Amino acid sequence: MIRTEELLLNVGPQHPSTHGVFRIVVKLDGEVITEATPVMGYLHRGTEKLAEQLNYTQIIPYTDRMDYVSAMTNNYVLVHAVETMMGLEVPERAEFLRLIVMELQRVASHLVWWGTYLLDIGAMSPFLYAFRDRETIINLFNELCGARLTYNYMRVGGVKWDAPPGWIDKVSEFIPYMEGKLREYDKLVSGNEIFLARIKGIGKYDAETAIDYGLSGANLRCTGVDWDLRKAEPYSLYSRFEFDVPLGQNGDCYDRYRIRLEEIRQSLRILKQAIVQFPSSGETMGKVPRAIRPPAGEVYTRIESPRGEIGCHIVSKGKAEPYRLKFRRPSFVNLQILPKLLIGETMTNLITILGGVDIVVGEVDC
Amino acid sequence: MSEEEKKAQQESGPADAEKDEKQKAAETTPIAEAGQTAAQQSVEAADPEKAAKLKAAAEARAARAAAKAAAETAEAAEASAPPPPSPKQPELDAVTALIRREVADEALEDAYINELNGHMPTLIVKNEYWRSIAELLKIENDFTYLRNVSGVDYETHLEVVYHLVSLRSGRELAVKIKADREKPEVSSATPVWATANWNEREIYDLLGIVFPGHPDLRRIMMPDDWAGHPLRKDYEPLDSEV
Repeated sequence: MIRTEELLLNVGPQHPSTHGVFRIVVKLDGEVITEATPVMGYLHRGTEKLAEQLNYTQIIPYTDRMDYVSAMTNNYVLVHAVETMMGLEVPERAEFLRLIVMELQRVASHLVWWGTYLLDIGAMSPFLYAFRDRETIINLFNELCGARLTYNYMRVGGVKWDAPPGWIDKVSEFIPYMEGKLREYDKLVSGNEIFLARIKGIGKYDAETAIDYGLSGANLRCTGVDWDLRKAEPYSLYSRFEFDVPLGQNGDCYDRYRIRLEEIRQSLRILKQAIVQFPSSGETMGKVPRAIRPPAGEVYTRIESPRGEIGCHIVSKGKAEPYRLKFRRPSFVNLQILPKLLIGETMTNLITILGGVDIVVGEVDC
Repeated sequence: MSEEEKKAQQESGPADAEKDEKQKAAETTPIAEAGQTAAQQSVEAADPEKAAKLKAAAEARAARAAAKAAAETAEAAEASAPPPPSPKQPELDAVTALIRREVADEALEDAYINELNGHMPTLIVKNEYWRSIAELLKIENDFTYLRNVSGVDYETHLEVVYHLVSLRSGRELAVKIKADREKPEVSSATPVWATANWNEREIYDLLGIVFPGHPDLRRIMMPDDWAGHPLRKDYEPLDSEV
């Protein structure tokens, strides 16, 4: 007689496909998942508590370490919140530099996702292609601010460093290069039958569920909901540029894949326009008081990071340090739907679905 | 004396000083002007072109002074007039009217516009009505998307803030619920918006606010056997070495 029983399986927190120290405990009936419980907190550093002892400029490097694949957008959401509270004007050249680095960051972040997602599924070489091309962007950032991952680039009222001579030309050389590489990616991967069989129709949900779970970014738009904060609630200079918001229909891993690749194209489109309009001279820091003390009160500001809506809720009592600082991290919110998606799936699809959500654990735990 | 009066007095202090200085300046100007005209006359005799320039400069100075005076009076008039109503005031009025009609008159503690945050309509609601208000806002007011939940320790009390947005119209709303510091309870919004689940767990973990009605209220960031809630202002770590 065959004895059958439920199997309790622990995945992580050091499993390579969880992209960091994320753990998930699954119950298996044969190969089918019957229950999944995510366990987080292995990377919880208490950023929000630490921020209460620091002034606003000192908090900026801490934001680099939340979503370390997209530090530029994290920088922006914090300085943007403080600027909103203080009603500060940012010089045009500084705002252009911010926008350019944020869009480059989106491309770099999506490249990391594309490479590692395929690596998770079992394709080794795309990872090498993606990291080769991402290196160009990392080098551009390195030249701009001396760091490859944790940039600490933005300041309340502007940016720390002006673009070195010739930097903008290098960005404009990168755009056609990347466009060519995207065509190559499509040829290599996007039509691959085995790959399509692994991701089409997997991890499906509808628009109503996505909204109920507060999903954002590609996770929301794959269901056809047209909600990109760069268009819906424009910040920075985004209203000046023409670009499309790619949408899906089926809400599956395949649609999320298509959207992220298309978003790279749209970012390059924004970059092309930004470089043409880039002011040839000007300040990179606005008029900012010596001590940054936002008035008493509170704000919630949000921007579109590569992973979705990243928000910053500041409660100020008029001091140099925030009274309370809360980050709305898209990875944390998006991950919530995972247990629901996994039930009834096979164990092999766990990694496909988790990778499709696109999390960065530094941001899940904060 | 109320806070506002005190503030007004403080503000009027430097303004008065400024006036005094101006008066003094006015008293001294005739002498200076006399000197200037004497100088002017001597220059005029020597160089008519230079004299014309000096005259033009004096006229420009006078024009600037007049413009400044006009701007100051306009500013003063602006300060005394009541501030214009917020563009979001009708939105706030509509939502408060809906809640008063459908839930209860006393359900709202306060309703105001947060001007600092792009005129965000903000409500402070009583906890016992929060659950029915949440449902009302979602179903009747199209606030289908809960974008953020924050917990704040104000030392006198705790507070939970729900940031809502309607994806169709882009309308925004912040709803706050106050909780007692000793026995903090806020009705869970998880049955209304699934996204509240982990957010409320995080607030429970870090601030110790209990959410009755939550399906799975456990710690999420700190270890299960952790003592205390780190984001409380009076939090002392059990072991300071950790």
